[in-house]
Amino acid sequence: MDINFLMALGGLHLCKRCCFFLGVRKLCSDLQQSARFLHSANAQFSSVPQITFAASSTRGPARPVGITGRFHKPPQTETWKLTVCQYSDTTVVTLASRESQPLPADPAQTGLISKQPGHPEGSLFGTPPLPDSQAPLLDLDGSPPLAPFEEISEEEAVQIHAEPALPAASVSLGDYVDQSETLQQLLKLGVNLSKLEQRPNVGSMLLRLDFQADVKDRLLFLKDVGVEDSRLGAFITRNPFILTEGLENLRARSAYLRSKKFSRVSVATMVSKAPYLLNFSIERLDNRLNFYQQTLGLSTEKTRTLLVRLPGLLCRSLEPVKENLKVCELELGFRPNEIQHIVTAVPKVLTANKKKLTEIFNYIHNTMGIPHSLIIKFPQVFNSRLLRIKERHLFLRYLEMAQYDPAKPNYISLHCLISLPDRVFCSDVAKATLEDFELFQKTL
Amino acid sequence: MGTPATRLYRSLEGLFAVYKPAGVHWKLVRDTVETNLLKGINCAPPPALRTQVKFLLQSGAGSEAHKEVTLRPVRLPVLADHPLVTGPEFQKLRVGVGHRLDVFSSGVFVLGVGNGNAKFKEMYERYNTRDYTLEGEFGRATDDFSHGGRVIERTTYDHITCDKLERVLAMIQGANQKALLSYSNVDMRSQEAYELAVRGMLFPEGKTPPILTGLRCLDFQPPRFTLEVQCMNETQRYLRRLLHEVGLELRSSAICVGIRRVRDGPFTLQEALTRQRWTLPDVAQAVCQAHSIRRKSGKAFSQGAG
Repeated sequence: MDINFLMALGGLHLCKRCCFFLGVRKLCSDLQQSARFLHSANAQFSSVPQITFAASSTRGPARPVGITGRFHKPPQTETWKLTVCQYSDTTVVTLASRESQPLPADPAQTGLISKQPGHPEGSLFGTPPLPDSQAPLLDLDGSPPLAPFEEISEEEAVQIHAEPALPAASVSLGDYVDQSETLQQLLKLGVNLSKLEQRPNVGSMLLRLDFQADVKDRLLFLKDVGVEDSRLGAFITRNPFILTEGLENLRARSAYLRSKKFSRVSVATMVSKAPYLLNFSIERLDNRLNFYQQTLGLSTEKTRTLLVRLPGLLCRSLEPVKENLKVCELELGFRPNEIQHIVTAVPKVLTANKKKLTEIFNYIHNTMGIPHSLIIKFPQVFNSRLLRIKERHLFLRYLEMAQYDPAKPNYISLHCLISLPDRVFCSDVAKATLEDFELFQKTL
Repeated sequence: MGTPATRLYRSLEGLFAVYKPAGVHWKLVRDTVETNLLKGINCAPPPALRTQVKFLLQSGAGSEAHKEVTLRPVRLPVLADHPLVTGPEFQKLRVGVGHRLDVFSSGVFVLGVGNGNAKFKEMYERYNTRDYTLEGEFGRATDDFSHGGRVIERTTYDHITCDKLERVLAMIQGANQKALLSYSNVDMRSQEAYELAVRGMLFPEGKTPPILTGLRCLDFQPPRFTLEVQCMNETQRYLRRLLHEVGLELRSSAICVGIRRVRDGPFTLQEALTRQRWTLPDVAQAVCQAHSIRRKSGKAFSQGAG
């Protein structure tokens, strides 16, 4: 075996981890070959398996391949796939794993290459014992790999782009963002990578994506649907899985919504407000649309308006909604037409916390003495906080201005009580100053 | 040290008091304050991104055959420092709590930020009393002594008058005064005890059961009545039981309708921040004020001792 080649192995072995960044085409192909050789050398065998494989596809001059770059599969039998660095915070993952058929073991030449026996990267290539398989095709006319002392031209020297190696495992996407085109483009859109990296497996998924092949098409699809450019970043931060959903599925679902007579603008609003909407199958969306149509008993137009206002209803499970409707009917004692009115005015009641609903209703109806008919006139009261209602009511009672009957003079409506900000409430409704209100709060 | 956010954080370090509303768990109060402070701190402008020099390929002038390939140095920002990649500068704050209030009670609740938490030890290990306003109601007795519990007995209360109530309170106060003296670890027959008592410096030390140092009736309108209490080493449940025992002494029964802490150490109602003021600028101001008050009270204490 050529001594030069052996030394090249030694040198190349050190660079095999930064082989991603060496954009020189020839060097890449040689590296692939020598990497396989290294692996087989570790596993103690052999002659150089000069497997014929087409060189990796044409790369532009010194484009930093980056961790997301995929080496296109050569058409030959070689299926050595260099998988990308997996981002994982719990397990150290391999930089390169072998998918191809195992290399043959040729016991005749055992010991020819004694790679440093305890060398650390051995484990990166997988388990040593190679099962027997057919002999590789030896290509004796193939170009020999590049030796480190071989002279290269100035242009080639200038095009060598040697960056420090990326970590094999990391807890932060910040280690990869300077080299990854996908991550840089997502950052330009405004995606909050620090939030996404905390979700399990999302970071690895983003690193594996290819911007040109996967991400661009889906972003263009979202633009077609009508999501504004400024909101794309927030959209992907909430739902990064849109980037792995099939394009045909996405198109079919958006076509389905249009077929249900939602206007283009409505579909755009719904998708912006509920980013997970298009990840659900058509059957599921259909199921939910039918449920809301039947249970609420509203006209189709009103149901559509309701769903455009709160498209989260189509994403969540239906059990809490059913329970909330039962609570409104049984515990709060509203009639069906009253419930319809409340739901069209304040859709959030369908997904609100039941305990909060009952507590607010209990205080307003039993302690403040406001009847059902007045509560329906202002259903936004169920959106507010109990503590706010309590403090304001007690303040008015202390000032002897708590009068909620419209028939009598000095009537204070629920709207004035709840939806005005503190300063306006104190000056207009309670005819007192903000400081007085704060002093009163400290006596409760 | 040096980023605007860090400077804001330094201005927050210290103790301050908030007014805890009734019906809210103390942990929710602490978490809300922490969230609001984090929001305020992370609004500060982030530090500028680092830059690094990269060499980009540039094909120079020349014919097709001999294109010169040269490297051009360019200063580019390091994207790993971008706020969307690193996240906000502060993700957590150390907000500690002083003496806790249970869900039912309201009142002054002392919180500390960062290095201010170390001052709690000093505050609570020394002689430290708290003031409460207790509202009670005659006629019922419940299992947890408050109006939300299960009613155990009902009694009449027409026979109760204000001076009967005051007599009972005086008796309770006398018993507590004895306890205060006995836990002060000073021999009552010595000159030292006399001198300490003259200066008003006779107080318990170390672990003691709850002791009331002051008790009086503020308001009496049967069935409702209001007491003012100064105590140490107490819990709110003990205070509710106190009202129950006052009812028992008066041959009736009483429950507690409200507990409101008016003072915790040097922090009074005046300094306590209401819910609308749980924001960064108000808290920073409160910390500053509290710091100056503590320095003054510390001076007065040391002057009294000396």
